[in-house]
Amino acid sequence: MKKQRLVVRTVILLLLLSAVGYTIYSNFFTEKTSIKVGATAPDFVLTDLNGKSHRLSDYRGKGVFLNFWGTWCKPCEREMPYINRQYEAYKQQGVEVLAVNVGEPKLSVQKFIDQFGLTFPVAIDREDQVMNAYDIDQLPATFLIDKNGKIKKIITGTMTEEMVQQYMESIKP
Amino acid sequence: MEQVKCECGHVNPHGTVFCESCGKPLEEDTSKKLLDMRYEGSARRSQTYNKTIIDKIWNFFSSVKVGVWLIVITLVASAIGTIFPQEMYIPPNVSPAEYYKDQYGWAGKLYYELGFNNLYGSWWYMLLIASIGVSLVICSLDRVIPLYRALQKQGVTRHPTFLQRQRLFSASQVADENRVFSQMKERLIKRRYHVREENGNILAEKGRFSRWGPYVNHIGLIIFLIGAMLRFVPGMYVDKVLWIREGETKEIPGTGGKYFLKNEKFIFEVYEKGKDNEVFNAAIDRVGNGTVAKTYQTNVVLYKRVGPIVPGEEPKLKKVKEYNIRVNEPLKYDHYALYQVDFKMNEPNKMAFNLIDKATNQSFGTVTVDLHNPQSSYNLGNGYRVELLSYFPDFYFDDDGNPATKSKIPNNPAFVFKMITPDKPKGEVSFVAIRQTIEPFGNNKYKMAFAGLDTRNVSGLTVRRDFTLWILGIGGVIFMIGLIQGMYWNHRRIWLQRVNGEVWLAAHTNKNWFGLKNEMKHIIEGTGLAMPIDQAEVEKKAAQGGDRNGATK
Repeated sequence: MKKQRLVVRTVILLLLLSAVGYTIYSNFFTEKTSIKVGATAPDFVLTDLNGKSHRLSDYRGKGVFLNFWGTWCKPCEREMPYINRQYEAYKQQGVEVLAVNVGEPKLSVQKFIDQFGLTFPVAIDREDQVMNAYDIDQLPATFLIDKNGKIKKIITGTMTEEMVQQYMESIKP
Repeated sequence: MEQVKCECGHVNPHGTVFCESCGKPLEEDTSKKLLDMRYEGSARRSQTYNKTIIDKIWNFFSSVKVGVWLIVITLVASAIGTIFPQEMYIPPNVSPAEYYKDQYGWAGKLYYELGFNNLYGSWWYMLLIASIGVSLVICSLDRVIPLYRALQKQGVTRHPTFLQRQRLFSASQVADENRVFSQMKERLIKRRYHVREENGNILAEKGRFSRWGPYVNHIGLIIFLIGAMLRFVPGMYVDKVLWIREGETKEIPGTGGKYFLKNEKFIFEVYEKGKDNEVFNAAIDRVGNGTVAKTYQTNVVLYKRVGPIVPGEEPKLKKVKEYNIRVNEPLKYDHYALYQVDFKMNEPNKMAFNLIDKATNQSFGTVTVDLHNPQSSYNLGNGYRVELLSYFPDFYFDDDGNPATKSKIPNNPAFVFKMITPDKPKGEVSFVAIRQTIEPFGNNKYKMAFAGLDTRNVSGLTVRRDFTLWILGIGGVIFMIGLIQGMYWNHRRIWLQRVNGEVWLAAHTNKNWFGLKNEMKHIIEGTGLAMPIDQAEVEKKAAQGGDRNGATK
């Protein structure tokens, strides 16, 4: 009887603990969408400013450095030259950079590309579809996608050049 | 396990205050005259075993004192969370750390550093709520099971001291005991008492189910908490915002790219004198003509995307339905609901400028700039051309004094134009913002004169899908049932026993003693039984300086 009581109490406490644990865990340690580290990055198609179409799933076998940005966002502006320089070094090693602008006029985006001499493809997400799919609410946001199309890391906030270099190294196929 | 055997033969669990069956006090406490009837004197399990770590955790949460403190702490924390606005309500473009400090001084800084800016979603706040839930479950279990057992096992014949130590008690001598007993039984049944007889003694009971009220209520609360918890399960709960301009077709966020919405028109109407029913005139006069909103409405078309969903791809859309969304009249489809929550009137859409000679005011053509997708060059013919060098949709001067944009929304458009004319083939540069023209390279011959503005209204909608609502509803209903059950019924018991040639009458209720006393009065009327004395009241009066019978000297 004493043993039974202990078992019953343990079971009830475990049940309660797992309910509380699940709530806290899902609220603080996971994204509230299917976008999370380890999940397959949602596929998308976007056309860059040179007219070339990019489909994420076509980049299987390569690491993809997916960056969401806007011209008004100062941290985005700071990290762009870093990404550009590191891209030069890593594009031979199988790392692709895709920069997705959050639906600004082509004119503004083109001026920005010219100003910073960006060499990687930049596409405009005109209808917010890709932004919705990736649940972007803060800029800049960077997704590291490995050669199997899985999200390896999600970075929100500005990066140093060293971080950019390390991140690109980490998704090298 | 230790068990306590009463002299009546009933075996009680360890920790029982008075015998479950006959009511004889097991732990003699003579300091109080009356029995503590809480939980029927049953052994609350938490207070009896305290051996393993599991027992210790269990006992912690089983304490009502702990439960009350958890609630008090949560209440205080919730109150503090309302002193300054939560982070979600501060302007989106400022850093919270600076905002709280700038707006509220050191108090704001402290508020932010202690994490009150995001209180209701913080881990410790959620832990508090969760602890209340755990406390609720364990407290209830620890009390409802022994209570149920005690009420199930209660005997009809009680130990005389049990009767004596009830709050309502009287002993009377009557001529014909049997007649009194049968008379009482009949009256009690008439008053819907459930009467049990044993050895010529009577236990009459009614409204026992009222005792389960608090526990039913707690079950409701726990279901409610489970419903709140389910909101964190992906797919159960969607709460998104959709800002959509007139004429735009946009994906509805939170639908996984499945649905699109077109805003045909946003309508904002006010009450106006002369146009509306005369009964409104007095009210309109009081607050001013054209200041009371009448309608916020968005005429929309809902589309469903057909074929595979690939974000970024031009969607193939199939029209589902047209609808006029108004406040409290959401567009509902596939468990999604779109509510009208906000709007923005007259957002700049297109801006027109005339290229003119400043001296003669002669115009050489009009340039219309689409503020969402401006061209880089506008040819006016005859050698006149305007190039757009830079465009700032939401213009401001940044920290370095350079023109910049705050966002992509054309709230305050500004342009850098280069005007190329036959007599100025190298072009003149002009910075043009609303009511402002700057000529950075000296005096120009030409200028871009403002020639018109085309605006659009923007509608703010909320996208909702909530599969937890029915669970919250069921929890709420059960909560109310429990509350009503415990509030509007009383658990009344009346004992009638023959002791040493006297008839002893005792009564107990869990609430509403006044009602019970009244009922007793009617029941014993004419039976020759003495009206029970309220011993609690007598004690109170005695403590205030009267004698045992309540009479003051």
